[in-house]
Amino acid sequence: MNPINPAPAFRELRDKAGAKLRRLKDGKTVIMVGAATCGRAAGALDVLRAFRDEVKKHNLDCPVIEVGCLGHCYAEPLVIIGKPGWPPVAYGYVNPVIAERLVNEFILGDNPCPEFVLAALAPNDLLPSFQDFPRARYERKIILQNCGLIDPSDINDSIANGGYSALAKALALPPQKIIAEIQKSGLRGRGGAGFPAGQKWQACRDAQGTPKYLICNADEGDPGAFVDRALLESDPHGIIEGMLIAGYAAGADRGYIYVRAEYPLAVERLQIALRQAEDYHLIGSHILGTDYSLEITLFQGSGAFVCGEETALIASLAGQPGLPRYRPPYPAVKGLFGQPTVVNNVKTLAYVPRIMANGADWFRGIGAADSPGTAVFALAGKIVNTGMVEVPMGTTLRRIIYDVGSGIPKGKKFKAVQIGGPSGGCLPESALDLPVDFDSLQNAGAIMGSGGMVVCDEDDCMVEMARYFLEFTRRESCGKCTFCRLGTRQMLEILTDFTLGQGKLADLAILEKLAGEVGAGSLCALGRTAPNPILTTLRYFRNEYEEHITLGRCPALMCRHLIAYYILPDKCERSCDACVGACTVEAISPDKKRIKVIDPEKCVKCGTCLPACPPQYNAIVKLSPPSEVPCK
Amino acid sequence: MPGPDILAATEQILSAFTPERPNLIPILQAVQGKLGYLPRSAMQAIAGYLRIAPVDVYGVVTFYNQFRLNPPGKHSVKVCLGTACHMKGGYIALDAWQRRLGISPRQTTPDREFDLDTVACVGCCTMAPVTVVDGKPEARVDPTRVDGILLSFGREPPAKDQK
Repeated sequence: MNPINPAPAFRELRDKAGAKLRRLKDGKTVIMVGAATCGRAAGALDVLRAFRDEVKKHNLDCPVIEVGCLGHCYAEPLVIIGKPGWPPVAYGYVNPVIAERLVNEFILGDNPCPEFVLAALAPNDLLPSFQDFPRARYERKIILQNCGLIDPSDINDSIANGGYSALAKALALPPQKIIAEIQKSGLRGRGGAGFPAGQKWQACRDAQGTPKYLICNADEGDPGAFVDRALLESDPHGIIEGMLIAGYAAGADRGYIYVRAEYPLAVERLQIALRQAEDYHLIGSHILGTDYSLEITLFQGSGAFVCGEETALIASLAGQPGLPRYRPPYPAVKGLFGQPTVVNNVKTLAYVPRIMANGADWFRGIGAADSPGTAVFALAGKIVNTGMVEVPMGTTLRRIIYDVGSGIPKGKKFKAVQIGGPSGGCLPESALDLPVDFDSLQNAGAIMGSGGMVVCDEDDCMVEMARYFLEFTRRESCGKCTFCRLGTRQMLEILTDFTLGQGKLADLAILEKLAGEVGAGSLCALGRTAPNPILTTLRYFRNEYEEHITLGRCPALMCRHLIAYYILPDKCERSCDACVGACTVEAISPDKKRIKVIDPEKCVKCGTCLPACPPQYNAIVKLSPPSEVPCK
Repeated sequence: MPGPDILAATEQILSAFTPERPNLIPILQAVQGKLGYLPRSAMQAIAGYLRIAPVDVYGVVTFYNQFRLNPPGKHSVKVCLGTACHMKGGYIALDAWQRRLGISPRQTTPDREFDLDTVACVGCCTMAPVTVVDGKPEARVDPTRVDGILLSFGREPPAKDQK
């Protein structure tokens, strides 16, 4: 095959994109509204409408663009205004009223409204910038680089920001050289297991048979993880570019994106991105004028957690129930329709163009020796700065939680961090100085997984946490392996008994034994890792289990059957009826002296009364076990 | 039951696909997208078109969480039960929805106004607990917010202070 230089075709494309973009944006104020799913949940669409209305009202020529997620989800809805002569400024907690003021005072006037400013995107003399935040010191954005800063539904914006340039570079090289480069970079799959990406591609390339398939695994089913979603919604072209390079290297002829149907916005933005890439001849046949062709089909998964497992995913793509199968043969040798197939996670593919653009040595220079590059986490739960962060591998958990995430809200105490979803584990405070990489997490009993990181404070019960994950894995078990099908059920029953205060100490030993056996006796990672939440909580929080069993007490005051709400009579204010009004089931009523009393028969323990009680009285408490409530 | 309508809609969708097994899930998604659920007659028509046993279609339908076998309500309520939502009280919100609508997950109210379901995780963990109402994720849904959302659909919470 005579290599055809893709560079001239790409240069033409880039010039075209640049010209289009200049016509749209040059010299104008640009308003970017973070309208990924997280932003929309916080009301970004109302903000978007307010900006559009206001811009129209004043007849302004400033584009209002929907962008993706900047990662600072705690401050959603987030808006960036780029006004000529000013550094781009990010505003947090925006609502339609603030939007109106920003147009009138900053865009029409020259007042940047510092009271609403989250931070400027570049250092300047007037406003604080993200570089002043402690997290900027520890963050290193590689795959999140463009997120929230480019228009995900405009390929021109992507190309102008470096998109597809790595593809042009890669297509000028023989595939073997790309594989060598990726292998040298040490890129490990970000789907959870951390398998070397280059090795997978090589196996597919070496395997007999055509056609060969490349699948982008965007079936992010882990509860608590949303990095793939945010990436797909914020920078879909980055993923498509990664697929094209991976497909070229592995010798694939057809590509699939397997994306969850629960992510409708990601699906929509991918559809737009695919259509545009097709229009620009970046996918399809003779990409950038070369001999390389790759069709990409979008396939919507239909809500089965096990389909994140590559063999189950392949079965699902073929129209079957998503049952995993025994490996080997590995999909790289015998996958979709019996053909060699590479399955890579969204994040893995997102790294590929960056590595091709900057070189393997650059990538190796970031992160830990055996886990080069960065780790992307979705921070959620009891943490001040929820959102998406990208830090070099090897950063400690403490740094991520306290410096990047700004610690635990409301002065509460840190209790545990849950990493890697149902396949991962809960790590205690003593593990906070653990450097985060594939191997160290595994040693501690957790896994990197898909990047979900849920922080728990003193109010979260670890037994309940384990029960929750077992309920999830029990429901999602495909039922193929007996150990997984029945074992998860049995373990769930034991854990449920604990949270109901009906456990026995002997159950702990049974639970531990079962956990080991389910892990050993299951075919796929769902079953093999299902006991992890139990094993880690037993390892680090055994006393909590024991308290549930022996005292019928939930120390975190979370397990509903082991707590009772109680109104302290000497603190309750007679003239106040806040809790009575707040109670959703009419369980609270005043007694003869107008002191409020909770009817334990009616109380559903929803906790609505607790924040309703004015802080100056602070009369409502949770007690565990329920027998702590004084009798009349 | 509107039998002919179901079949006509199914046939129309089938005509857009080639009769191959890998198209089964996209076909099911399209039919459910159109009808709101997968009636028995539609599943039989799909099986006939793909030349597979109806039980194979049923097996796929019941394996995946996305598919439903009963008609949806006018408004859909999906309570997220992801980790962050659970830790922040998603199950309490689910309780409140069940109480107010008088139905369990995967059911539809008798007046066909609302259907209730749970979802594993919608990826809005930073806004927990989340309920997706008619496709729109609602942030921080506690029992009071449940009443608020229902009120916006004209459904009053049960009257208080009646003795």
